[in-house]
Amino acid sequence: MALHGESTSATFPSMFDNLTSAFSKALDKLRGQKKLTEENMQEGLKAVRQALLEADVHFKVAKDFVARVRDKAVGLDLIQKVDPGQQFIKLFQDELTELMGPEAVSLPHSSSGPTIVMMAGLQGSGKTTTCAKLAQLMRKRKKKRCLLVAADLQRPAAVDQLQALGKQLGIDVYAEGTDKRPPEVCKRGIEHAKKLGHDFVILDTAGRLHIDDALMRELEQIASECKPTAVVLVCDAMLGQDAVNSAKEFHARLPLSGVILTKLDGDTRGGAAMSVKAVTGCPVLFVGVGEKVEDLEEFHPDRMADRILGMGDVTSLVERAQEVMDEKEAEKAAKKMLKGRFTFEDFLKQLRMIQKLGSMKKVLGMLPGVGQAIKDIDIDDKHFGRIEAMILSMTPRERRNPDLIDTNRRRRIAKGSGNDVQAVHGLIKQFKQMQKMFGKLGKGGSLPPGFGGTPTKGGFRQPPKGSFPGGLGGMPPQWRRYEPAHGRLDTISPALPAFAWNASAVMAMLVPSSGDANDFGDPTWSS
Amino acid sequence: MVLGRILKGLKKTREKLGSGLARLFGGGRKLDQDFLDELEEVLYTADLGPTGSDIVREIEVAWRKKKIADVDGVRGYLREALLARLAHSEGALRTSAQRPTVILVAGVNGSGKTTSIAKLAKHLKGRGDKVLLCASDTFRAAAVEQLALWASRIGCDIVKTATGADPAAVAFDATEAAIARGVDWLIVDTAGRLHTQKNLMRELDKIVRVIQKRLPDAPHETLLVLDATTGQNAIRQASEFNAVRPVTGLILAKLDGTAKGGAVFGIRRELEIPVKFVGLGEGIDDLEPFAAESFVDGVLGELGAERVSGS
Repeated sequence: MALHGESTSATFPSMFDNLTSAFSKALDKLRGQKKLTEENMQEGLKAVRQALLEADVHFKVAKDFVARVRDKAVGLDLIQKVDPGQQFIKLFQDELTELMGPEAVSLPHSSSGPTIVMMAGLQGSGKTTTCAKLAQLMRKRKKKRCLLVAADLQRPAAVDQLQALGKQLGIDVYAEGTDKRPPEVCKRGIEHAKKLGHDFVILDTAGRLHIDDALMRELEQIASECKPTAVVLVCDAMLGQDAVNSAKEFHARLPLSGVILTKLDGDTRGGAAMSVKAVTGCPVLFVGVGEKVEDLEEFHPDRMADRILGMGDVTSLVERAQEVMDEKEAEKAAKKMLKGRFTFEDFLKQLRMIQKLGSMKKVLGMLPGVGQAIKDIDIDDKHFGRIEAMILSMTPRERRNPDLIDTNRRRRIAKGSGNDVQAVHGLIKQFKQMQKMFGKLGKGGSLPPGFGGTPTKGGFRQPPKGSFPGGLGGMPPQWRRYEPAHGRLDTISPALPAFAWNASAVMAMLVPSSGDANDFGDPTWSS
Repeated sequence: MVLGRILKGLKKTREKLGSGLARLFGGGRKLDQDFLDELEEVLYTADLGPTGSDIVREIEVAWRKKKIADVDGVRGYLREALLARLAHSEGALRTSAQRPTVILVAGVNGSGKTTSIAKLAKHLKGRGDKVLLCASDTFRAAAVEQLALWASRIGCDIVKTATGADPAAVAFDATEAAIARGVDWLIVDTAGRLHTQKNLMRELDKIVRVIQKRLPDAPHETLLVLDATTGQNAIRQASEFNAVRPVTGLILAKLDGTAKGGAVFGIRRELEIPVKFVGLGEGIDDLEPFAAESFVDGVLGELGAERVSGS
């Protein structure tokens, strides 16, 4: 994968670019060291602190964090044979996880009567949208009968918005006129839920400033009169240093159970996520990661730490993959790939499997080291459709044997799929290259530079020779980037290697083989 | 009065940041490294980002060269340094030679676009101008209704369609209506979009191209609404939006909280975009032209001798 070349990660400004480069700076200093000392870590730690600040981590939190890592690192007994830099990273990862968790916390549920969740937050943090997303999640995952209560009587048309979302999703909404008092509306909403048998009630309240005493008092009143099972603060992930001030104030006045972090799908570095837990002790429960109503995920501190460190989020990816993929098919296809006996038919299956995971950008973003590299590249999922159309315009024989496809056939395929001949040329060329490359890998050959190799100081780490014939022999090389410090990849799931090889094939088709960033101008990519 | 309103809006800002700085500058502190470290921290917590560190470094150099002797000297230097970084950052609304002047308003989700538009329309209407609103946020549920409610409260016309309709088509209709009705201003509301969503950013471009079919030099203003509570990401937002549609001005919304809007300094570092308005509350009149001096004084918590407190 071209994406993993060192040149590309330097070319694309990344989400955690500074953080990542700060880490590598710190690691360079540590190369060959037998011990971690204040002296040899100093420069790196300073860079790390700076990067955390640029990621909007609160000043004090960043300061304490760096101090804690330094103290722990100084006393660390380095394990022989394991790169001190890697151990340093592991320490950061653990500390980040600790800071944001350490454990994933789930939303409290009521043991008797309906679970009542009260939402609160500043204006524009995304409360109303999040209410709908949460209801959808609870309905799908926990089979809850949800009721949304429209208690934002402040913002013009906020009630309409909640009603429209409810209608769209088929979720019940309780609303009254905007001349009513929010605590009363909430209470009547809950009564309504009890009467009609809803077991999950979400109270959408108006956005307000934490320093607006009158409105904060109104929230206190709702909380004391409605006795919600959980009070959740909805927090914009793009918040700056002030995040902790508002969170602290909401926490002081309301019995907060936790935080939902919204708009994490932008290029925000999510520093607020790291700070809010540290300052208020309130765990992050969910994160909003997209425009769609399904785009609300449970928050996992360890996975967030991985994301922050540029390690992707393989765990979440695998969980999703297991829901949609056929393990046996994937393994069969992967074995064929490595034997160089891979056809367009196999590829079509892979393509469809990967597509089921969601948008390509999201999928790629979860892979180690890829998220940052592709952040600024516009991946248009319509290209999948184009590739699919071209393959479907081939005869079964052509799909099994691409060498058959001469100029005339190419012209026919182009016409049949509504593409120009150039696109068909490109597809076939790309496919043959991919076939060759994976075939070579299967024989234990070496990877071309910039193509799937793991960038290391001395060049590219190669897969162990001869490890593939017969079985899959482990993960594709680019997936091993963070092993052994991050040596969970193989242990997460026995299905992971097969899936990884399949995903690699799709990525190889989408990303031209050279490590040069300019090559992203290929028809399958546009930026 | 403008200064008075910014003063009021920044009151909390000042109490917060002012308390940090007041603690620093107040208690007869000695100018030393500890002092400078604390100053850097206070500036950081105002979202000034690297700008704060830069200024502190400058102060440190001046101190070592004995150009600054004491804490009072630091205060004076700090104020000048902040002001210098906001040079030419004020700006009035541009107007088109021919009616209508078209203002396109964009921003990320929840930054305060619709509310800012309502305030802006009220502000322009108060000058005796005719204003037409265009509800091109056809994506978010009830965004059209939200703007329509504001329009009826202000008493200005609005061009709208149903949620889910093509935002560019609404913009085209609104442009035609604006010309036909001879209004002074057409303000186009757009859906919130994260600057990383390339397809939605392209949609913004399409809205502009469609408006230009009738008014080739429009939009005369492209205003980006920024949430003052946003941190360093605001800089990314400004530069990404600017890359798609040259941004001619910023509206800094929600400056009435405890956030300081310090990201503006970071934006000024990278882009020559003036700040046209600041939003200071939920009321329809809570929008004021940006004044660099008041903003800096507000950030420093030095407005007047009296310490505003309470209410």
